[in-house]
Parts: sequence; structure tokens; C-alpha cells
Amino acid sequence: MAKLTFKEELCKGCGLCVTACPKDILALSKTRLNSKGHAPVEQTDPEKCIGCAFCAMMCPDCVITVER
Amino acid sequence: MVVFEKPKSLTDIPMHYCPGCTHGIIHRLVAEAIDTLGIEGKTIGIAPVGCSVMAYDYFACDMIEAAHGRAPAIATGVKRSLPENIVFTYQGDGDLASIGLCETVSTAARGENITIIFVNNAIYGMTGGQMAPTSLIGQVTQTSPYGRDPKTAGYPIQICELLATLEAPAYLERVTVNNVKNIRNAKKAIEKAFRYQLEGKGFSLIEVLSSCPTNWGMTPQKALEWIDEKMIPQYPLGVFRDKEA
Repeated sequence: MAKLTFKEELCKGCGLCVTACPKDILALSKTRLNSKGHAPVEQTDPEKCIGCAFCAMMCPDCVITVER
Repeated sequence: MVVFEKPKSLTDIPMHYCPGCTHGIIHRLVAEAIDTLGIEGKTIGIAPVGCSVMAYDYFACDMIEAAHGRAPAIATGVKRSLPENIVFTYQGDGDLASIGLCETVSTAARGENITIIFVNNAIYGMTGGQMAPTSLIGQVTQTSPYGRDPKTAGYPIQICELLATLEAPAYLERVTVNNVKNIRNAKKAIEKAFRYQLEGKGFSLIEVLSSCPTNWGMTPQKALEWIDEKMIPQYPLGVFRDKEA
């Protein structure tokens, strides 16, 4: 199974990764903010992740590390 | 097994760019190319004036900050005195296509063995969204509130097409980073440009169509669609010069 790690403090909540995800399992948090005031991205259903790394490739801030 | 992580040639300093700005992606592609070719110890970058003025903080190689538009001139000096090093400039459209157009064209005409990463987002970003030489016809900016009118503001400058009229450049390509497929192509192009420099082939310039959600007044997602809808028709992607091919 693929594993994503997020450097949440770097996330600016732009959502480019959310649109890039082919499995539609990323979303901006509705409950949390990071120290800069951005709603960081979260994985809604980690089981479905295929580790394609599309999210990480679209991320302008290198927030996401992908392991498989 | 790690399949994707931040390249080693980027520092850990958080980037100051607006949310969804694709400068971050282009920085990463340049850093990945440096990592892949194993040239991190001998690469020297020249930072511009513009949004990417602080690029010297983000690349983990030696960096020089140039006066507005003069990056290719500085790169020429560095490369001629240190020919074994790999020299690249990272410039926006206001820097490269406006105030620095003279340096750009002259450096290309001389065929200096350097690589230019040209980030074209059709607007002046750092100064607050004024019309650039690359702004599209009809594009609304701070200084063209009714849209760019060619009668008074002229037509967009197409840098790749312009430089392709010169004899010396070895490699000119226009790419974009608005989806995963295009990012992969952009990565290949940037790597190839650095490889050409390593092989001593001469001048290379990669133009990367980039987004500016803040000054275009769009969401980051809409801005990426705008590249497909508006920018690519004016700035077609492709290879304009490849001396190897």
C-alpha cells in the first residue's frame, strides 16, 4: 500500500493536489489550520491510495512525500 | 520505497510564492535536473528581479543575484571565467522579455554555453499585476483595465519564436506545468538543456508557461485551465530549435 507523508507547515492550501488526485481521496481540512492560517491537505481514504504521486508532482511547495 | 520526495538541490526554506503559484513546481524541476545529472557541486545559478528574486534562498547551489534583466550578462561572465561549471539563469517575463530583452537576445546571438529557464506568466507579478510585454491581447491587468489594446500597447512578444531566428542557439523549447503530463515534458526539456550545456553544445532556453492566480484574479485550478484556453493558443508548446535533432 502507498503511504503519503505531508509537511503540513509548508502547505498553502492551494488545492492543486486535490484536483490532480485520480482517486479523489485528497481534501483541504475543514477543521484545522497550520501556523500560517492555511487549511492543510488531508487524505480522506488512505486505503485507496495507489501511490501515483500525481499530487506530489503538482504540489508547488514539496509538501508531499510518496512511499510505495 | 520512496517514489517521490523533495529534491536535494532545493533548500528547506519555505517558498514565499502565493498559494498555487507554479514557480514552486518549476524550481523543483530545475533542482531535479541538477540532482539527476549529479552537477550539484558545480552549478551556479543567477537569480532575477521579479517574484523569483529570492530564488537564491531556494536552490542549494551557488547563486548570484543580478540587477533587473541582466542575468544573461552575468551568466556570460561566470561561464567564460569558469567554463567547467554549469551556469543557469532563472528569469520571469518582466525580467527577460522587457528590461532584459537586450541581454537575452545578445547572449543568444553569441551562443553562450548557458541555460536560461524563462518563466512566462504574461504579467508582472511582484509589482502587483501590471501589463507585461508577454500579456495577451485583451488581457485585463492593472495597467490595461480595458484589456491589452494592440493599437497602443502592441502585440505579445514570443521569445522562443524570436530567438529561433538567430543562428547560434542550440536548444529552444516551450513547455508548461499545468498538469502532470506537461510537468513530465517540462522536466525532460530542462534536463536536456542542462545536458546540452554539459556537452558544450551552446545556448539553451526553456520557456515555461506559468500561472499567476493572484494577479490573474482566479483560483489556482482556474488559472491552470486558463493556460490551456488562452496562453497556449498565443504561445504554442514545442521545440523551436534543437541542434542535435
